[in-house]
Amino acid sequence: MSRFRSQLRAELQLVSRNGEQLLLTLGIPVLLLVFFSLVDVLPTNTDDPIDFLAPGVLALAVMSTAMVSLGIGTGFERSYHVLKRLGATPLGRGRLIAAKITSVAVVEMVQFAILIPVAYLLGWAPDSTNWPAAIGAVLLGTMAFAGIGLAFAGRLRGELNLAALNGLYLVMLLLGGMVIPFTKLPGVLRTVAHGLPSGALADVLREALGANGSQPTTSWIVLAIWAAITPVIAATVFRWD
Amino acid sequence: MAAVEVSGLTVRYGDLQAVRDVSFTASAGEVTAVLGPNGAGKTSTIEVCEGFRRATAGTVRVLGLDPATQQRLLSERMGVMLQEGGVYPSARVLDTVRHYCSLYGKGAEATALVAQVGLASRSTATWRRLSGGEKQRVSLALAMAARPEVAFLDEPTSGVDVNGRDTIRGIVRGLADGGCAVVLATHELDEAERLADRVIIFDQGNVIADGTLAELRRGHDEIRFRSSPNLDTLALATAIGMVASRIGHDEYVIDAPPHPRLMAQLTAWLADEGHPLTDLRAGAQRLEDVFRRLTAEQLKPLDEVGEDTQ
Repeated sequence: MSRFRSQLRAELQLVSRNGEQLLLTLGIPVLLLVFFSLVDVLPTNTDDPIDFLAPGVLALAVMSTAMVSLGIGTGFERSYHVLKRLGATPLGRGRLIAAKITSVAVVEMVQFAILIPVAYLLGWAPDSTNWPAAIGAVLLGTMAFAGIGLAFAGRLRGELNLAALNGLYLVMLLLGGMVIPFTKLPGVLRTVAHGLPSGALADVLREALGANGSQPTTSWIVLAIWAAITPVIAATVFRWD
Repeated sequence: MAAVEVSGLTVRYGDLQAVRDVSFTASAGEVTAVLGPNGAGKTSTIEVCEGFRRATAGTVRVLGLDPATQQRLLSERMGVMLQEGGVYPSARVLDTVRHYCSLYGKGAEATALVAQVGLASRSTATWRRLSGGEKQRVSLALAMAARPEVAFLDEPTSGVDVNGRDTIRGIVRGLADGGCAVVLATHELDEAERLADRVIIFDQGNVIADGTLAELRRGHDEIRFRSSPNLDTLALATAIGMVASRIGHDEYVIDAPPHPRLMAQLTAWLADEGHPLTDLRAGAQRLEDVFRRLTAEQLKPLDEVGEDTQ
């Protein structure tokens, strides 16, 4: 346990010292939430854009932290031979990945502690909230996105990994139902979007935090499948060097 | 029992055979230097010993453990120093050393370790702000975090200034004197000559020499001197009864033990012929010469048959 704690402490120290990552994980979601709430340019199909945006931006925050920040950071650790060096210690792959995912969870808690009050300040007033369902969805989303990020980081060299994850982030942002409703996407893209983890997470969070507190079964299944498969892929393709 | 036992090790990458049926041992309390040109197979061999790479064939035991299947157990007792990097650029010196010390059951005390490698005054500096020599010292501290029984050090003094080298050599010597088996991979022959109890020379995937410095030098005494650039080496050979070869602009070598009579004949001939004697060294070959001789010998037959040596 002390090895896990030590690794977790090191992960959090690195996150706190990495300004670019903090900007991505804390700044951009807040910026998107504030900007698109005040500037009504998105076709949100709601009376107040914040009711659509708040759950979507929470999903975006999970994706930014668990997939992009974790993936890019881990990719560069491999380039800098940090992973190889850790591979020669008794830490082990399991503790390393557990520490990384826990550090992601800590950062997500900080994000939510900022985003949720900001959303309320912007007028977010959900009709109903199902927090246990929302927390479950965030956990599944974290596993799914962390699996994707670590799978990329485990295979691609640093710069290529950076470009690939940023590209994927953009695709999932646009197709993920986070800032643009599924109903505004053309037919084929809409089908693809529903099958993405970003789309499934945004859909589940939107239902749990606002719409009517109901459970969109298909999106739960999609999210659970991604959460089950991507960590296994990451563990399979992960390389210390 | 040797701390490191390698027997019949072969490592293959596709069609390329990087290591060919290599065998050697390294003992506790000794510094074993692994030398060789780039691509000689030394890094592949050491990575198999560390558990980072699988052997294609052969047996490797480190502290009696199989690194391929018992790497976790081995890592508790093993120190590893990578040739470069291994630390995140924004990580601070003391934080990093403390982190590594806490990963071992009986890890060293971080503050003392940072002081031991001479970085107490730089303990809050980030990795990216350190000089090359300071980075090497941090890497060495990380290798010592386990209080290792066996340590694999890759080019520990690369990029380090003269004073820093002395510090690192002292620490490495201290590790071995404390009972650790130190395996030192290096290109720097001077480094090996100063530190190693035993030398293993790799070339083209093979071990071409293995022994103590004295054993490798045995039978290879020479007299090396500098004089006029235009010495008549044939006349000199006739005068002293030994072949003298020109090996540089004004540098010559006689492959013979430094017998006083021969030295007297040489200096007398130079004096009689009116040539200066600007430098004179006699005795065992330097490790650099041993290395050049052995690697050149290894190359000859391969050149003759036109084999692709990679």
